[in-house]
Amino acid sequence: MRTGTPCLHVQGDWTVQNGGMAPFPTDGLNQTHQGQTLQIDTTGLQQWDSAFITFLWDVKQAAGHAGLTFDPTHLPEPAQRLLALLPEQPAAKPAGPGPKPPLLERVGDITLNTLTETGTVAELAEETTKGALKTVTGKSGMRLKDLATDIWNAGPSALLIVGVVNFLVGAILAFVGLVELRRFAAEIYVANLVGIACAREISAIMTAIIMAGRTGGAYAARISTMLGNEEIDALQVFGIPVSTYILLPSILSLALMMPLLYLYGTLIAILGGFVVAMSMMSVSAIGYWTTTFDGVALHEFVFGFVKSFFFASFIALAACRVGLKAGRSAADVGIAATRAVVIGIVGIIAMDAVFAVIANALDI
Amino acid sequence: MTEPDTLISVRDLTIAFGPKVIQQNVSFDLKRGSIFAVMGGSGCGKSTLLKSMIGLLRPTSGQILVGGEDYWAQNEKRRTELNHRYGVLFQSAALWSSMTVGENVALPMEMFTDLTPEVIRRLVELKLGFVGMEQAIDLMPSEISGGMRKRAGLARAIALEPDILFFDEPSAGLDPITSARLDDLILTLRDGLGATIVIVSHELPSLFKIADDGIFLDARTHTPIARGSPRDLRDHNTIPEVVAFMNRKADIAPASETKG
Repeated sequence: MRTGTPCLHVQGDWTVQNGGMAPFPTDGLNQTHQGQTLQIDTTGLQQWDSAFITFLWDVKQAAGHAGLTFDPTHLPEPAQRLLALLPEQPAAKPAGPGPKPPLLERVGDITLNTLTETGTVAELAEETTKGALKTVTGKSGMRLKDLATDIWNAGPSALLIVGVVNFLVGAILAFVGLVELRRFAAEIYVANLVGIACAREISAIMTAIIMAGRTGGAYAARISTMLGNEEIDALQVFGIPVSTYILLPSILSLALMMPLLYLYGTLIAILGGFVVAMSMMSVSAIGYWTTTFDGVALHEFVFGFVKSFFFASFIALAACRVGLKAGRSAADVGIAATRAVVIGIVGIIAMDAVFAVIANALDI
Repeated sequence: MTEPDTLISVRDLTIAFGPKVIQQNVSFDLKRGSIFAVMGGSGCGKSTLLKSMIGLLRPTSGQILVGGEDYWAQNEKRRTELNHRYGVLFQSAALWSSMTVGENVALPMEMFTDLTPEVIRRLVELKLGFVGMEQAIDLMPSEISGGMRKRAGLARAIALEPDILFFDEPSAGLDPITSARLDDLILTLRDGLGATIVIVSHELPSLFKIADDGIFLDARTHTPIARGSPRDLRDHNTIPEVVAFMNRKADIAPASETKG
């Protein structure tokens, strides 16, 4: 080896497990001059793996910057081959997102997007309603088999969970109510409390939240999977409208089933309240039921029933829209399902607030 | 301008996602009875071009003339009617997963014809018979293999007696024997049904065997760089990218990348 030629001596083990990733010092080539050739002496090298190649890559880049020629010929043959695969420079980090647009522009964007989205959902709702009307006359082209499957999934198969949750909610309400009402010796009004609260608000909301998580999430996941699988493309190429074909049975089944689930949930919740009341207070069973029937007017049920229909339509429509808008990868399916559930739940609560205001104005 | 035996004529088509141009200046004529190959490396926009031909993606500019009608200038109803001349076999077969194989083939007929269920059932058996799948009529798509799914997708594609068939990477993911059988099937169907076929693929053996015309899309310049049958391009073309692709050479790829 000619004197004056810079030479890098490497010795011992160069493995990730044993010694880690040694960095090449930035001033390591300070003593060299441009145009020289950098030799590598590997006579003392024992085991090596990616740690060694990473180090060599650093050296090669540093040599390039310092104007040296990197001579890999004395490296072990496999190391030479691996090093040859690597580019001269590691990929530059992508530039971060540009400066944020001004506030006004962002607000404008958000407003426009929201309006567009509202328009799209309204169009979907319109198409679905038209489809539902056509179904009555038997001309929608919807397959009754699909509707039956969806009805089963959105109705009978949810009975257990809707029942359990509503039973417990009714029981909890009765329990809390009893503790408070006992102080005024008004324990019997627990029947009214449970009945009115559940019929008017709680059963409708709880059932809707359960269905948003259960069925809304499933719709979004199913539709976005169909999207990724090109099934929606196949429908479009044949000119089979996605709205009647996929959306209609889904939305229709949930909108038909949820009011029924609500009624069932309310009755179970009242039953839950009854069980707690019986175990904690000294009223006869007949007395409890009579108070319930006297205290809870039919219009409370009608109000909850109507609300449930709107909740269901909203959940199904939002879930379908989220599914159709999703990306085409497996991760996108998860995102779509999450988003459908979140939008569903937030939407239900918001809608319920609107219903409360309307009810107040109409004195229902 | 177009010759009488031209089925589809693509004129100066540009396809882009926002500002990102996928392909531009795409022009070609699809001759009746030909098997037209859309070739090019991965990511060059072959499938995207196919999508804009079958009505899934509106091109940014240019025309696709189907029998003299500007496809994208028509309203949705007319486009759907034109689409009934098409049969599409998707890359993933795209069978509707909630239906049996038979129902998949039957659905387009139920939606768009006035045939009785008995007649449709007979036709479904026939179409599945063409592709050797009659035994799978009552199976779900998840119960059959990838090759069978492709064949079932083919049976669905020919459900409405189309005169133009589009195949998106028909042999992707299939073993060589299944893939060769599919090639034979495509040729037989072309001759039997008198259909014209557009095939997007980079399976060279299959392209050499079946395609008699084609276009080569370049991923770097985003334009078509060669026209002609795959065999012709392999034997007589001198453009380095085309030569490398057609002869399965690796050394040209990095060179063309550093050029750009």
